[in-house]
Amino acid sequence: MTAHSIGVPVRLRACAKTFRDGTRALEPLDLSIQGGETLVLLGPSGCGKTTALRIIAGLESPDPGGRVFFGDDEVTGVPIEKRKVGMVFQSYALFPNLNVADNISYGLKVRRVEEGERRRRVESMLQMMHLAPLRERRIDQLSGGQKQRVALARALAVQPRVLLMDEPLTALDAKLREELRLEINALLRSLRITTVYVTHDQSEAMALGDRIVVMSHGRVAQIGAPREVYHRPASAFVANFIGTTNRLDGQPDEGWLVLPGGRLKLPESFVGGGTAYFRPEDAAILDEVQSPPEGALAGTVSAVSFLGDRMRLLVEGVASEPVIIEADPRRELRVGDRIRLGIEPRRLLGLRSDS
Amino acid sequence: MQRNGLFIAQLLFTLLVCAFMFVPVVLSVMAGFTANYIRGFSSGLTLRWLFEVWGLYKDAIGLSLVIALACLAVTLIVGVPTAYFLAKANHWTTRLVEELLVTPLAVPGLAIALGLIITYGGIREFRSHWTFILVGHVLYTLPFMVRSVLAVLSSIDLKTLEEGAASLGASYWQRFFTIGLPNARSGIVAGALMVLTLSVGEFNITWMLHTPINKTVPVGLADSYASMRIEIGSAYTTVFLLMIVPLLLLIQYIAEPARPSRAKAAVVPQPAGST
Ligand SMILES: Nc1ncnc2c1ncn2[C@@H]1O[C@H](COP(=O)(O)OP(=O)(O)OP(=O)(O)O)[C@@H](O)[C@H]1O
Ligand SMILES: [Mg+2]
Repeated sequence: MTAHSIGVPVRLRACAKTFRDGTRALEPLDLSIQGGETLVLLGPSGCGKTTALRIIAGLESPDPGGRVFFGDDEVTGVPIEKRKVGMVFQSYALFPNLNVADNISYGLKVRRVEEGERRRRVESMLQMMHLAPLRERRIDQLSGGQKQRVALARALAVQPRVLLMDEPLTALDAKLREELRLEINALLRSLRITTVYVTHDQSEAMALGDRIVVMSHGRVAQIGAPREVYHRPASAFVANFIGTTNRLDGQPDEGWLVLPGGRLKLPESFVGGGTAYFRPEDAAILDEVQSPPEGALAGTVSAVSFLGDRMRLLVEGVASEPVIIEADPRRELRVGDRIRLGIEPRRLLGLRSDS
Repeated sequence: MQRNGLFIAQLLFTLLVCAFMFVPVVLSVMAGFTANYIRGFSSGLTLRWLFEVWGLYKDAIGLSLVIALACLAVTLIVGVPTAYFLAKANHWTTRLVEELLVTPLAVPGLAIALGLIITYGGIREFRSHWTFILVGHVLYTLPFMVRSVLAVLSSIDLKTLEEGAASLGASYWQRFFTIGLPNARSGIVAGALMVLTLSVGEFNITWMLHTPINKTVPVGLADSYASMRIEIGSAYTTVFLLMIVPLLLLIQYIAEPARPSRAKAAVVPQPAGST
């Protein structure tokens, strides 16, 4: 495998982007990416992920005042061809006039890498990405997954300082996406190359990212490790965007939350006022006899979906909106059953409700 | 029954095409080889008229070739980069340029020629030089080259391909030569064929711009039909075909890619013959 040096750290300082037509795609963004880290930009369509990535790539320049650093070099005014980045596009952007091997060696050719070295690197890329039997193939004779492998090989062949990927798996079907995600994950771990990965798929973000930047309307909603973002979302927007979250709207009453289905004890110093959130897996179905000190909510099962390894229930009556909970799939539960739910106080999240 | 009807319709169509496209050409060519057209083939076959045409008009033939090739060179050098630039830029001004480029098609050739004469006809050296005709031809053919290349470049995602190339370290001109040109190949070939054919066959503009010394083949052809024996005019048709067919074959041969090209053929409007 090609020996890559540990990737350079990347820093963005106050990088905003206003397009010529007046669209404000990005509010001033400060971001520090460590060398070798995989940072995922995650957010709904139009939130500015691609714009941020293109500013790092050098395909867009930030509004005046914004600065981009690769290590100690400021690259703000440096065009993409001099930045030594590797880029993988959603649409692959492979050159239709070149075959697989020539696509991979393109970057080495334009950089005048000496022939022997070029051959060696192309060969190692073909091996690494399992493309060796396809080296002579034309691009239009490849499957989607193979194209994406070629795109990745082409970007890595030049040994970039930073690898940038814009929704590289979105065009593939679910199974292939899973497969390639695992491959990319293994690759990034072994290469230790600084990577910025854009996606709107939260499971992809969780699986690949050392850290996730959740974005909304051109702003950062939260930055953190996948666990942190999942378990301690900074806002209702983040909680809703990542995984499933239930919202309980009730009345706070001296450390308790009073709801249509009962009362729940709130954690110490709860900041959410009368609104608490919880994850489906954090609610427990109580037996008839149990009456835990932290309270319980009664409700009616209104939908059951059996997923094999677990079961999802929609429960009505506990709060103003139905809640989704997870249950042991071996439990015999049917629509119409009355159940009681217990939720540990520390699993109740108080969030700012703005997005 | 239905199939029969369709078959008859197709047969009829084919016969019509033959009657109006091929038969006149063949007859015209044959006329150039008969000793006496009025008496028909019974008068015998001869190459006399062909040689006579060659003797009378070899200058026109030479000039036609020179102008066609020069016209091709200019439209390649000007038209291909223009199309490349238009395909990449995405601004209302480029739309405008694109539209402007087509206007010579809407203006009759006679008007273009008249405009040229009024504006630059006073410059005696230029007026009497063959490049005066060349300017007319370039004006007339350039849109076809630009359109043809642009059609191909618009059918691929050139902008993203270029961004990919740039990310790999390719400079502007490296991108032009390694990505832009190769992917525009089928459009360039189609455009080149069209420019050559149009230039060699162009009559309207050329007739206005020509001088007794600077004549092209179509102008000579009109002359000879008007003023000489019909056999000479017909032999002229043969000369014309002998000239244009090898040119077209040559271009196709030069353009034959090493690998089978998969670029989609450009859909380019076929201009009506202008002779
Ligand atoms: N060239 C441009 N000119 C004007 N507005 C633009 C341009 N490119 C993007 N925008 C706008 O900027 C905003 C952010 O776009 P961006 O492409 O960064 O979103 P994104 O998060 O990548 O979305 P998606 O997930 O759909 O790709 C959007 O509102 C978009 O319409
Ligand atoms: Mg995007």
